[in-house]
Amino acid sequence: MLEQPAIEAKKVFKSFKTVQAVKGVDLQIERGHFVAILGPNGAGKTTLVEMIEGIQTPDSGEIKVLGKTWKNHSAELHREIGLCLQDTRFIDKLRVIETLRLFGSFYGLHNDRVEEVIDLVGLDEKRRAYVVNLSGGQKQRLAIGLSLLNKPAILLLDEPTTGLDPNARREIWAILNRMKEESNATLLLTTHYMEEAEQLCDYVIIMDQGIILKEGTKNELLGEKKSLDDLFIDLTGRHLNE
Amino acid sequence: MSNRLRARQLGLLIASNFREIVREPGVLFWGIGFPILMSLGLGIAFTKKPNEIRKIAVVTPFEMVLKDTVVVSDKHLGSTTFIFEKMSWDNALVLLKRGNFNLILDQKDGQLQYHFDPMNPDAQLCFLKLSRMFQGKPEILPENAGQIQPLTVSGTRYIDFFIPGILSMGVMMSCMWGLSYGLIDKRSKKLLRRMVATPMKKSYFLLSMITVRIGMNFVESLLLVLFAWLAFGINIHVSLPALLLIFMAGNFAFAGLAVLVSSRTANTEVGNGFINAIVFPMMIMSGIFFSYHNFPDWAIPVIKLLPLTMLADGVRSIFIEGAGLFQVAQPILILTALGTLLFSAGLKVFRWY
Ligand SMILES: Nc1ncnc2c1ncn2[C@@H]1O[C@H](COP(=O)(O)OP(=O)(O)OP(=O)(O)O)[C@@H](O)[C@H]1O
Ligand SMILES: [Mg+2]
Repeated sequence: MLEQPAIEAKKVFKSFKTVQAVKGVDLQIERGHFVAILGPNGAGKTTLVEMIEGIQTPDSGEIKVLGKTWKNHSAELHREIGLCLQDTRFIDKLRVIETLRLFGSFYGLHNDRVEEVIDLVGLDEKRRAYVVNLSGGQKQRLAIGLSLLNKPAILLLDEPTTGLDPNARREIWAILNRMKEESNATLLLTTHYMEEAEQLCDYVIIMDQGIILKEGTKNELLGEKKSLDDLFIDLTGRHLNE
Repeated sequence: MSNRLRARQLGLLIASNFREIVREPGVLFWGIGFPILMSLGLGIAFTKKPNEIRKIAVVTPFEMVLKDTVVVSDKHLGSTTFIFEKMSWDNALVLLKRGNFNLILDQKDGQLQYHFDPMNPDAQLCFLKLSRMFQGKPEILPENAGQIQPLTVSGTRYIDFFIPGILSMGVMMSCMWGLSYGLIDKRSKKLLRRMVATPMKKSYFLLSMITVRIGMNFVESLLLVLFAWLAFGINIHVSLPALLLIFMAGNFAFAGLAVLVSSRTANTEVGNGFINAIVFPMMIMSGIFFSYHNFPDWAIPVIKLLPLTMLADGVRSIFIEGAGLFQVAQPILILTALGTLLFSAGLKVFRWY
């Protein structure tokens, strides 16, 4: 049997009261690929990713993850995916290690896996710190650690580095690059940063106002353009970080 | 997942909820310290003082010779000290409005005149005592009108009425604020949706929050009763099964209410208003601070249906009247049924995202 793509979306639409957030998105992501959705604020990135995560349901269209729909397979899919929501907060007065153990228990995992993850995201020094006292970068590394606990087949990260300084951002890229080498997980992340898409991903989807403007490998997209930034201005007439 | 791993999940959920609560020092004070301080304050305020002081405004000019203070002793009712303060009529009226006095005395054509609000029972009492003093009969009761037998045994004092009330109110407050607010806060932080994006068992999550809350309520109530026993000697030889069961039933009812209240909103301010709208009327009407028999007759059957009334009345009858399991079976069953109903309704509409 042919292996199903990791993520598949067909003609997906989603509106809120007055806004059409996602207007007919088609998407196919193969297993093991690292894909970035690049787009400005309000492009519909979160809405699209949350539909893939099974948190929101599309108004119309179909979404399949690992060949399965959320409607009938949510329990299995929850075990297979890892995710990082845009600006989630955890329990303030719980320690880093306690938070990881708690989430580990949801997957039936033991403390040895928790120790692996705490090393992987470099929070060993902070293991006894309360979550509320972590810096922005450390919080984000914790969030990524939580999403990696179950060794997910698909990792979905919504703006994992927004608001972090360049150093903290590079630390997160290093974690994800290591994951790329060590596993054949699929990664889908959203970002405003060209550099992030370039550093991490083989495939880039440019999205604005609910539709996909252009997609392809870095080289395909760039063509004769000097950078993704130029390409974006070309496509929309504005800067990405406006 | 094996049973052992499931049990571990539930255990860790309970531990995290517990830690979240006890690591917030304010929670311990407001949950445990505050009810105890309040009962101490009210217990002292409502314990009858052996010497009562009554201030009377006397309007000048006053013809009769009047000492500044007059002490009237009574072997049953304790002594009363009248303090007379002379002032102008206008001044007296202002101070009466402010609550400094509740009676103004003046004299017209040699006649004493008492000015007070006849609807105010305290002013009435002051009038009776004062007029009797002027008639030279310090005892309030006329002779051979019967005898005063003072009731000072435990069970008849205000504090005996109050402790079961504040215990019940504590259960309501803790469930409504602790549980509802906790759930709404987790929803607004997107933590709920993060948690249900894992294979976590949703029922374990709610169960752990409720378990921890009931456990905290148990400790709080135990400390309150212990305190009231040591400080005021309230009766603690009560039916333990009855007390435990009605306590659990009350907790269950309010936990259900809390889940229902917090089932939809992600906005803590909306939650705030909602919780207040439920908690505040019950606090006033359910006979926590004073008996609901002060309300009009038509309202009483309605008041008796409020969950806080059922709980407070039940706990009170156990402590004061020595009621057993059988006497409080009805409120226990109703509260349990109510809890089940509210909880399942809440779960039906519960929004995790
Ligand atoms: N729950 C909601 N109710 C109403 N409108 C919404 C809701 N969620 C998103 N929107 C709207 O849908 C559009 C797309 O929002 P979305 O959050 O998907 O954008 P985004 O690309 O993730 O933006 P950002 O980079 O700022 O995170 C926006 O106009 C937003 O206002
Ligand atoms: Mg977003």
